[in-house]
Amino acid sequence: MSSLDDRSTRTLTAVASHLALLLVWYLFVKFGNVPKFVMPAPDETVKTLFAGNYNWWTNAAVTATEIFGGYAIALVTGVLLALAFTWSKPLEAAMMPLLVSLNMIPKVALGPLIIVWFKYGVVPNMLIAFSICVFPILLTTVRGLREVEPDLLDLVRTLRGSRWQVFTKIQLPGALPYIFSGMKVAAILAVAGAIVGEFLGSDKGLGYLMLQVQVTLDTAAMFMAVILITLIGMALYGAVLALERALVVPDARVG
Amino acid sequence: MAAEPFIHLASVAKTYGKGARAHQAISDATFDVMPGELACLVGPSGCGKSTLLKILAGLHPHDAGTVKIGSASVPFDPSRDIGMVFQAPLLLKWRTILDNVLLPAEILGLPAKESRERARALLALVGLAGAEEKRPYELSGGMQQRASIARALVHDPKLVLMDEPFGALDALTREKMNLELLRIWKEAGKTILFVTHGISEAVFLGTRVVVFTAGPARMADDFAIELPHPRTLDLKTHEAFGVYTRRIYKLLGME
Repeated sequence: MSSLDDRSTRTLTAVASHLALLLVWYLFVKFGNVPKFVMPAPDETVKTLFAGNYNWWTNAAVTATEIFGGYAIALVTGVLLALAFTWSKPLEAAMMPLLVSLNMIPKVALGPLIIVWFKYGVVPNMLIAFSICVFPILLTTVRGLREVEPDLLDLVRTLRGSRWQVFTKIQLPGALPYIFSGMKVAAILAVAGAIVGEFLGSDKGLGYLMLQVQVTLDTAAMFMAVILITLIGMALYGAVLALERALVVPDARVG
Repeated sequence: MAAEPFIHLASVAKTYGKGARAHQAISDATFDVMPGELACLVGPSGCGKSTLLKILAGLHPHDAGTVKIGSASVPFDPSRDIGMVFQAPLLLKWRTILDNVLLPAEILGLPAKESRERARALLALVGLAGAEEKRPYELSGGMQQRASIARALVHDPKLVLMDEPFGALDALTREKMNLELLRIWKEAGKTILFVTHGISEAVFLGTRVVVFTAGPARMADDFAIELPHPRTLDLKTHEAFGVYTRRIYKLLGME
């Protein structure tokens, strides 16, 4: 009961701090004589949603597709590669150092190359999002699958348990908290990746829209675009958190 | 009429490594354990007592000597007659206590319904009735260790190997667990090999104590503890208790 009270108090506090930020923003713009092209007030920002020529929903849908698509490919690839590594030691020995090196490449720097290879559009931006968020998922999954208590393995060995049993009963569920900690980092990176892709070359999407309205110093629309990008990112992060809450017991959660 | 021993060790030796880096982990371990005994292996770190437990569990091969478990009257199947308890409870965080206890039964593919009933009965035996649906993090260290004892018994093994199971508990909980273990041992009727470096713990629990010394690792003595059962904490003030503990201190060169 007290934990329920605790939770509702925390939710209220969180809502209050968000509203306070809005209020500070509003007061700052209204009473600070800030020009509209430097910083629009919250109400002016929201008004752009109902102005005709921005194609908000199309652009938001394109950006969301890039983010969610790139993220989904990264999740499948990252987890499958990590599984392959735990099943084949030689493969891991050959590939892990290589992947750690590749991880050092600033993925943003690959953007122009990806656009050369795949032209511009949704797919290359998805690939940029993928390239930036696959590594945290892969590395945390590999780490999680490795974290098995040697004594627990002994226990299974005395019962002549199979490798498959070790994997399904101990390794994989044990790795879940690690996978989720990688997924949370990756969710944030996927958003950045898709937007960078749109900046580098695209004809749709919220990042593209920002570059368009920047030319006319339509700062209110830029603000709105940033807010929508943030909301898409929050939707992804929230989905990951909800899934974690459903699958991982509180005590086992990492990060 | 002398019954046949359940465990028979003769001149067992084990060396790790080769040549100049060879390290003798055990030499000349010779002792017998009768069915239903609670034998304590006591000695300092590095005396080979844990190695011996691993040899008995079939996890490590031995280099020389004879290891024989089981007899004509008490047959022994190494793939399902070993239960193990470690210093850490090693419960799976994502499983309920009941499902944790069931792990060995699942690995052996034992009938689910009977196993569940047995697991419930064992949880009652170790004093955890009502905790079946709890998660490990909801239990104290001592209670988690009780659950791991129930897990070691769920497949009805003939031999239970315990490697310093109470070593990580505070002194009071440890005393309590010693009494509990004696009760569980009486009721379950298993042969138990209990590794410890607690000298009074070994004398208090054991029907037999096997003493090991380190540097070089060797077996120093093996004798029966002829103290009455059921044992209570009063026993520790008994003169005979002091005689036994003094004998072990002397063997370990601490007197």
